[in-house]
Amino acid sequence: MNKPLLQVRDLCVDYLTDKGAFRAVKNVSFDIGRGELFGLAGESGCGKSTIAYAITRLAKAPAWVAGGEILLDGQDLLRLNEASLQKVRWRRIGMVFQSAMNSLNPLMRVEAQFHDVLHRHNGASRERSRARAEAMFRLVGIPGSRLGDYPHQFSGGMRQRIVIAICLALEPELIIMDEPTTALDVVVQREILEQVIDLQRNLGFSVLFITHDLHLMAQLCHRIGVMLKGELVEVGDVRQVSRAPLHEYTRKLWGAIPQLPARAREALA
Amino acid sequence: MNALPSLAVAAETEPVIRLDAIERSFGQVKALRGISLGLRPGRALALVGESGCGKTTCARIIARMDQPTSGKLTFRGRDATAAGTAGEERAYRRAVQMVFQDPFASLNPVFTVHHHLARPLALHGHAKGKAALAGGVAELLAGVGLDPEVTAHKFPHELSGGQRQRVNIARALAVQPDVLVADEPTSMLDVSIRLGILELLARIKREKNLALLYITHDIATAAHVAEEIIVMFAGQMVEWGATTAVIADPRHPYTQLLLSAVPDPDRPFVPGDSARFLKHAEEVRRISRPASAEVEQVAQDHFVRALGAAS
Repeated sequence: MNKPLLQVRDLCVDYLTDKGAFRAVKNVSFDIGRGELFGLAGESGCGKSTIAYAITRLAKAPAWVAGGEILLDGQDLLRLNEASLQKVRWRRIGMVFQSAMNSLNPLMRVEAQFHDVLHRHNGASRERSRARAEAMFRLVGIPGSRLGDYPHQFSGGMRQRIVIAICLALEPELIIMDEPTTALDVVVQREILEQVIDLQRNLGFSVLFITHDLHLMAQLCHRIGVMLKGELVEVGDVRQVSRAPLHEYTRKLWGAIPQLPARAREALA
Repeated sequence: MNALPSLAVAAETEPVIRLDAIERSFGQVKALRGISLGLRPGRALALVGESGCGKTTCARIIARMDQPTSGKLTFRGRDATAAGTAGEERAYRRAVQMVFQDPFASLNPVFTVHHHLARPLALHGHAKGKAALAGGVAELLAGVGLDPEVTAHKFPHELSGGQRQRVNIARALAVQPDVLVADEPTSMLDVSIRLGILELLARIKREKNLALLYITHDIATAAHVAEEIIVMFAGQMVEWGATTAVIADPRHPYTQLLLSAVPDPDRPFVPGDSARFLKHAEEVRRISRPASAEVEQVAQDHFVRALGAAS
């Protein structure tokens, strides 16, 4: 196998509280290969989002990276200065968060928001931004004629697709998706994630997919890591983690998910 | 005329609340088109559909936070469509309680759990005096699976999302309602604690003989709580009946789409399929949207609306 795109090594993240430091991420290590879809599963508070923030160096006080390395192509992101960091964020690592659809500026037309990102990171002209935005809209299945609309004129699912489109416009190598569809209903969720799968295959980026929904993760990812109280308790191929989980907690997590009665699932298969 | 859900199964029990041909329009937008349903003691009805399908508008009308444009709302056999006397309104609100989606926003951050539960107990005259209130609060907390000793004096921020939702349910129960309307009570909670909340709702429904209206976009959770289900799309009931019948043999294309989109670990996404699925979903939405008055009875307790002609 080629050298992994991202290597997380012994990552420790603390939250400083009145009662001293609370270790939210404890010696976590994992790799994400090029073109790999890697999932991090776990309940609220297990540290999975904290890892996402640490990778993008967005962890802010009271969070504090206490140790470890985060290597992107061998380069330690934790040691980069602000200027070098700006070249990595968005350009090499894109981010889509749960409430991302609310991160669009309500006062700006969508086209201008594409231009904002493309101009800032690539120095693109208005014409080039427009062409790129049209191409990206096509990719995520929204008519280019709607580029002049404001965010509130789109549905929640469309807004989330727009954020993914803006994120992909800079052709990042890694996209971090933290609960990207949790606020949406199941049909829209499936529409978006099927598109992500296709885009991934065509563009070749890697994905760090974070969710508490193991079922969804198993439909999407190649490999899965399961977090419990800041520790990575199990990492493995999707088939192994779903059919033959090694850790007791992984088994519990599977058992706790509401699912359709078996008879209905058979009828659908 | 629409068949009233649960006619077949529980026709012998009179609904506490009954909606007949309820319509609600916001300007040009028809949010509800001909909703008819009955909420019966000891039974749970799930209202399932995507964002914007009208399910929350329906809940708001039942909770009297909104008025229908036309149609009839019956409460304990009395026409309650228009606001009644002050006494009737109070009785209605006491009988119908709601649990909302956001467990974080629905508790007051400056008050303890004890305060949240003692107030409705005192206001509705279910407990008088310090000792009785403390006893009532403890009983409510134990009833929703929380340890009264540990929880009563905590503030909302000291509780997890699941614990807060349990407090919200306890608060609704403090009023001793006949009907509980739960609007997406688990969608902001972790998958792993959803089952616990669903089981709690099912248990209190049984023990207190409550009529439960469970609103969700997640048809898989609906199957866990509700004996009856209504699938809504664009303000219309497109398919309804006994949950087991609807889920095992979905007839309406929108119900089929909804079921096919439930995450299933044994059916991984296939690369190259997105264009087909998007086109399919769009087509299903398009054909499901037009109004239609034609309803087919599939089985004794299973109804489906025929597709309407495109306007």
